[in-house]
Amino acid sequence: MKVHGIAFRLASLTLLVSSLILASIVGYNYTVSRSIIMDQAEDRGTLLARATSSRISNVLTSVRKVADAVSFSLEDGSLSEKRLNDLGNHIISDNPEIFGTAIAFEPYAFKADQEYYAPYHYRSQNRIAFTRLGGPDYQYFYMDWYQLPRELDRPVWTEPYFDEGGGHQLMSTYSVPFHRKRFDEKTLAGVVTADISLGWIKTMLSDLSEREAGYVFMLSRYGTFLAHPDADLVQNETIFSWAETLGRADIRELGRRMVAGESGIEEVDGLPLTGDSFLYFTSLPDQQWSIGVVFPKEAMFADVFRLNREVATLGILGFIALALLIIYLATRITRPLCNLTSSANEMASGNLDADVPVAASRDEVGELTASFLTMRESLKGYIANLTETTAAKERIESELRIAHDIQMGILPKLFPAFPERKEFDVYASIEPAKEVGGDLYDFFFLDDDHFCFLVGDVSGKGVPAAFFMAVTKTLLKVVAERDFDPGVVLAKVNDDLAEDNEACMFVTLFLAVIDIDSGETRYASAGHNPPLLLPADGPCEWVPPLNELVAGVMEGTSYTTKTMRMNPGDTLFIYTDGVTEAMDKDNNLYSEDRLMEEVNQCGGRSAESIIRTVAASIKAFTGGAEQSDDITMLAMQYLGSRKTNKEKHDGNND
Amino acid sequence: MADSARARVRKKTMRTNYRKRVSFARGAAFLLIAALCAALAVPGTARAGRAVRLALQWYPQAQFAGYYMALEKGLYAERGLYVTILPGSANNNSLSRVVDGRADFCTAFLSSALEYRDKGEELVNVGQFVRKSALMLVARKDSGIKSVKDLDGRRIGTWGDNFQLQPVALFKRENLDVTLVRQSPSFELFMRGGLDAAMAMWYNEYHRLISYGLNPEEMTAFFFSDLDLNQPEDGLYCLESTLEMWPGMAAAMVEASAEGWRYAFAHPEETVDVILRVMKKANVRANRAHQAWMLARMKDIILPDGAKDIDTRLRQADYERTRDALRSSGVIENDIPYNDFHKEAAR
Repeated sequence: MKVHGIAFRLASLTLLVSSLILASIVGYNYTVSRSIIMDQAEDRGTLLARATSSRISNVLTSVRKVADAVSFSLEDGSLSEKRLNDLGNHIISDNPEIFGTAIAFEPYAFKADQEYYAPYHYRSQNRIAFTRLGGPDYQYFYMDWYQLPRELDRPVWTEPYFDEGGGHQLMSTYSVPFHRKRFDEKTLAGVVTADISLGWIKTMLSDLSEREAGYVFMLSRYGTFLAHPDADLVQNETIFSWAETLGRADIRELGRRMVAGESGIEEVDGLPLTGDSFLYFTSLPDQQWSIGVVFPKEAMFADVFRLNREVATLGILGFIALALLIIYLATRITRPLCNLTSSANEMASGNLDADVPVAASRDEVGELTASFLTMRESLKGYIANLTETTAAKERIESELRIAHDIQMGILPKLFPAFPERKEFDVYASIEPAKEVGGDLYDFFFLDDDHFCFLVGDVSGKGVPAAFFMAVTKTLLKVVAERDFDPGVVLAKVNDDLAEDNEACMFVTLFLAVIDIDSGETRYASAGHNPPLLLPADGPCEWVPPLNELVAGVMEGTSYTTKTMRMNPGDTLFIYTDGVTEAMDKDNNLYSEDRLMEEVNQCGGRSAESIIRTVAASIKAFTGGAEQSDDITMLAMQYLGSRKTNKEKHDGNND
Repeated sequence: MADSARARVRKKTMRTNYRKRVSFARGAAFLLIAALCAALAVPGTARAGRAVRLALQWYPQAQFAGYYMALEKGLYAERGLYVTILPGSANNNSLSRVVDGRADFCTAFLSSALEYRDKGEELVNVGQFVRKSALMLVARKDSGIKSVKDLDGRRIGTWGDNFQLQPVALFKRENLDVTLVRQSPSFELFMRGGLDAAMAMWYNEYHRLISYGLNPEEMTAFFFSDLDLNQPEDGLYCLESTLEMWPGMAAAMVEASAEGWRYAFAHPEETVDVILRVMKKANVRANRAHQAWMLARMKDIILPDGAKDIDTRLRQADYERTRDALRSSGVIENDIPYNDFHKEAAR
């Protein structure tokens, strides 16, 4: 649970997002700074290549101009040998960059008897030396410096060569053909040359290379390395043979572009010395030599890498700081929550006095803690209140229970009630509903012969009904013992009950008095359900209802007393509406028909047996549905007078 | 004429008289070192050795890889020969070195050797290595030369007379009217378009053109060996007197040299390393790609047409065709019999 807590989620989400931001900043920074560096390097490389080539070109052009001018002056066929020598001398003395100059003539062109004529002036130990070229061992007509301009009839720069005599200097010769009129036709008369040392180029390029992260190299017209930091390449290899040794077709293709006089920029990976590099190249147009500038990517991007490393390091440090801060903050926020949680758990397990962390902060957690405290106080108050109420309710319930017990206690419960009396058998039962109800029954002797029995049902439930029932029962007993006439009894009781009956309670009553000698029974009913008379022989029948008013409602109501005769074996079954209105789960009533049917089955049984049978039947009908009203039944079975019984007994004895 | 100019003169001369002259330039010092090397190669051997000087017709390069590897690997010493290799140069013709007694053996083209023999020198061929002519004509495809017929009316660069035999025979046979221009070894005239075609050795100048940035597919190449004008080239020569005085020595030389060539072909990398080392020591311009190419082409012409092993006999038919060509062009006069000229040395 802890690992997926708010602190963890907050920290990981924030850190994820911030690392993404960091990565994109570093990436953007890298891309942009890289492209800036590349642009700069491109400018710098191109500029360097061009500047170098133009510096070299300038010097070479000045030499070219001298030789061109000399060749022009040589068109004059009248030049003497001395003038020719002076010319050579002047060229050298006036042009410090020219190392030597030859004026070489075609066979027999200068002097008719000389096949070779080529005066050569050159520098030697700070002075100007002179020699003549040509002879069987040096047929200059077949030398490049002579043959090329002659055959091509245009000035040429020869391939640079190492001059072994001149201190291993790189040299090149510029040769210009010159023409003279012969037989009215301009024909080639010879070639004038200017030898120039290229040693300074090598020095210049290596100086440049030292200043730059990369290096500058130079190729001849055919790709021979004229200058390169790798001295083994110089004059030994062309860029093409080098490419072949390296097995690099791309370098060969690059070399072809360079010697073709192109300018450009190329990315070349895996070069010796510099590794992955950029190459900027351009050419010297007159000589078709090429200048290449190589920048190693690594050195070029070293600053970019450093910058990015620093940015990344700073970012990571910031990231760590942020991470620590977030973890600290998240923990600070969630720690009170955790504490609150454990307090809540403790409280939930019942300890309302558990320690609640102090709400120090004025934030949501503080508010939550405060609310929590308030909740605890409310809970405590509520629980205290509940305890009190529950105690009060229990007291009331217990008092009610006692009241109910007392109420029940006033009903005769001892059966057989009169074991010494053989004339009748009386049995009653009351099955109180859950609430205190108002059913009552009673039976007692008025005198030796007259036995009064009654069943009543007070309207309503609860304590008022119970009181009303107790009052009714007491009144009935007192009044009945004075007046034997049931109608009068009911009328008197009615009057007493109706007086001061502000609650408008009432009671239904069936009261009967039997002369146990004769079996003559007088009865009156105050709106009570008609009882059943079960004769000893034959089916039972309803005692006809009198349809008179319930008692306790109206003062002065009179009740009729009816008389019927009970024969020995007859049973009068009196009940309250709790019997006929008992309901099953589907709210069907037990009904009077069912009662009658049930009682009919009970012919010849004792009072107790009848009541138990009916009670069982009701129980079976309701099937355990909750009882809504008191179920009260009373069975009075007349067995015959003592006299009759004695006669019978005696007769039997006879 | 002073330093640089003189140097240039010398250098340019060398190139002009390409592989024609015999060298003695770095003789003494090199000889001493090589003799020392040879002596060290078989220390303490009881076998009586003989110091032998082998002159090459040109500067050290892979054209002579077999001899250098035979020396390097002690194959000469195994046979009791303490060989000193004398590299050639423009001023040092290998054949004249042998004739003058400055060398015991030399390598040379068959045609050059026949020329000397024709002048009365008692030179004999004791072993023939290059069976197939490496001489070729190269043209740039963009000059429109696609077949031999296209050479008609063109300017063609050649070397000295000795190398003109095959081309001249070709032009005569094909009835082509061409202008021959003597070319300098730099190939500049050809490269700059001053020539329509140029003579080249397959193992050397052809690769130089490739190294100048020309792609093979941009060039048309005519091999004389393909044009029914084949001539055997490098062979091993000595004086007849040497053969008589030290019988068996020539055979050992030829066998060891052939063994050296076998080794060189089997170990090209090592061989090129050795050659480059020798070239640097001799202060000759060297590059690996070029020497590797040269060694590979030497294999092609020493073992032509898929030959399995080196055959050091000079075939009579090859000999006679060359001799007759030289005679008919007037380079030599005498009808030198095959058996007088070639002494099969190797067993």
